[in-house]
Amino acid sequence: MADFEIPETHEFPVIPTVMEGVMSHSAPFLAKAEFQEQLGFPGDGELIEGWKETFIAKLGEMLGKYRSLLVFMDICVKCGACTDKCHYFLGTGDAKNMPVARQDLLRKVYRRYFTFAGKYFPKLVGAVDLTEEIIDEMYSYYHQCSECRRCSVFCPYGIDTAEVTMAARDILSHIGKGQKYSNEIIGKVYKIGNNLGLPERALADTLEGLEEEVEEDTGVKVRFPLDEKGADILLVTPSADFFAEPHVDGLIGYAKVFHAAGVSWTVSSKASEAANFGLFIGNYENMRQISLRIRDAAKELGVKRIIFGECGHAWRVAYNFLNTLAGPWDFLDPNYPVPQHILDFTLDCLDRGILNIDKSENDWMTLTFHDSCNVARASRIGSYPGSQFEIPRKVIKAVCNNFYDMAPETIHDATFCCGGGGGLLTDDLIELRIKGALPRMEALKNVIEDKGVTHMAAICAICKSQFTKTLPYYGMTMDQIVSVHQLVSSAIILEGQGDADETDADTEEAA
Amino acid sequence: MTALSILYVVLFYAAIAVLVGGITNKVMQYKRVPAPLKIPVTPAPLTKTGVAWRFITEIVFFNSLFRSTKWTWLFGWIFHVALLLAFFRHLRYVISPDSFLWPIVSLQVVQSFGKYAGFAMVVGLLGLLGRRIFVDRVRYISSPSDYLMLLLIIGIAVSGLMMNYVVRTDIVQLKAFIMGLFLFDWQNLPSDIILLVHLTLVLILSFIFPISKLLHAPGLFFAPTRYQVDNPREVRHLSPWGAEIEAKDGRNA
Repeated sequence: MADFEIPETHEFPVIPTVMEGVMSHSAPFLAKAEFQEQLGFPGDGELIEGWKETFIAKLGEMLGKYRSLLVFMDICVKCGACTDKCHYFLGTGDAKNMPVARQDLLRKVYRRYFTFAGKYFPKLVGAVDLTEEIIDEMYSYYHQCSECRRCSVFCPYGIDTAEVTMAARDILSHIGKGQKYSNEIIGKVYKIGNNLGLPERALADTLEGLEEEVEEDTGVKVRFPLDEKGADILLVTPSADFFAEPHVDGLIGYAKVFHAAGVSWTVSSKASEAANFGLFIGNYENMRQISLRIRDAAKELGVKRIIFGECGHAWRVAYNFLNTLAGPWDFLDPNYPVPQHILDFTLDCLDRGILNIDKSENDWMTLTFHDSCNVARASRIGSYPGSQFEIPRKVIKAVCNNFYDMAPETIHDATFCCGGGGGLLTDDLIELRIKGALPRMEALKNVIEDKGVTHMAAICAICKSQFTKTLPYYGMTMDQIVSVHQLVSSAIILEGQGDADETDADTEEAA
Repeated sequence: MTALSILYVVLFYAAIAVLVGGITNKVMQYKRVPAPLKIPVTPAPLTKTGVAWRFITEIVFFNSLFRSTKWTWLFGWIFHVALLLAFFRHLRYVISPDSFLWPIVSLQVVQSFGKYAGFAMVVGLLGLLGRRIFVDRVRYISSPSDYLMLLLIIGIAVSGLMMNYVVRTDIVQLKAFIMGLFLFDWQNLPSDIILLVHLTLVLILSFIFPISKLLHAPGLFFAPTRYQVDNPREVRHLSPWGAEIEAKDGRNA
């Protein structure tokens, strides 16, 4: 199945022995000139002329622009608290996948060029000169971090490796070492409007197809509007929701909830993508350009509210950065949070009792829930801290009878990344992705064995895609990962739906 | 005055200048550099009072470290509490008996806790050193400076304890020397070797404070992941350089 060893799962997590360089071969494809150019980066995968000076100048610039980076470079005491917290370390045992060691790749260069101790006593404080080997190492190991922030939760000072990874990737982009996967995708967003490069026509067809599909299934005409001016709600959702399994079942779920709630909504062909890979490459300007599409779309369509579909990093950017990057949002209805999470909307509908739910529709499944890192540790969904953990579970329990959580040290803010976040969801990193999924796969396997769980629900497009890929490697099946709104979709009974269902069942029996 | 005393007077003033100047400089730098985005690690407090509470639990109990690694928490917490107690005990060398603080500083409980804290400090530090040597992950991430820092503080603690239990020094003369530094009325320093070792190590610690990882003490207050309030949708957060970018293309208008 693979030309590398799949890590073994255990009943209890095992901390591996530190190994040197076992993952040093892992690195994503470099971005060619065309993908660098459209983002404002130089080079074509090779180091640009004067790369060393550019690197140091760029690092200096970022130390003056990001307090997080500056402070984090200085204050780490090497206590070791983070060393066993990263899923990539747990899955690979590679020393440089310990968060502090990953940070040190940049810190030792920072010390050499920006601190007294590093300038005059480099050996003493582990400072090193910037060389091509160091650049290669950075390119490799800063692409073995999914920016999930689990280390930061356990750090006594809140040092966030994600901030260091983002800064390092941005600097690397500026000396010609951009990452193909992320940069190519951002290019597609600029040119076509979404990560998948799905043009407006295809999007319209897809949505039409979904309308037909839902009508066939339920007998109810549920609309999937595109670019509808004057709609109340602009839905911004990851483009995977438009066609991939299990994502699309989630989209059908949102549409049914909107339908049942009687609100008007629309997707925008201009902002037909919630994802913002500007976050992954750590570049403020690109992240802002991508965010501004949503502002433009909201103004053009004259919507009153913005709701985001199930997506992890997109929700982080939306919740925490959208106001900064694309605000102010004073032209929207102030009675609703900007932006709002789809789960917040759905739970409100459930609480108000306006959805007709038949939980038994999901009785053939026993669910568990995977907290996505960017929702768990980098944002919030409802009105109180920790609502990002409760709201998804409340929704699941409102539409399913059978639910069990995974081990407490693997959920909520201690959740493990799926292994494919942070711009690593690409086949050139498949070994890393499979190994990095270990802690989550292990926790899932244990809850399957102990509680008879059959399916894991998630609220992130990257998690869903990643698990679809990794589950078979660990002896499970790809359809065991589901969207939360897929569960809502199955349980919801739309007005006028009953007859169609019965006919359906009759035909099946007859056949 | 002896030549030795003059040397230490000069070194003490230099150390104070470096310590205060160096830390001030760093703190000013941390304050000056903006945090362009909202990045609190969540769940995070919704108010400033909540943030204050978050810091209190981190500083008093080392909450996150407790969740993370019990042994490091235990040794680290013992060391820091012992450091605080030892600090209170040392106040008697810099506070005059006329001071309103004297009745507190001279309390038996402050003085004896401070004395035994020395042992606790050594235990904590040896524990941390042990982890650095024997846990493969911590060993991998350690530089020579990380070991030397622990040895330096162990040296300070042990030399301090020795003056209490092995070779006592002339503390009346020592206090005269220290008070003299404050009043610019310089006095002789007792020339006991252990005292000189103790003071020299403390001077070294002061000199390296602003250029070392000891910056974690002031720096932890500047980690946006911990000090930021979780209210990005309610309050628009914009850095000066973010505003400049906005002004250039006017797309946020």
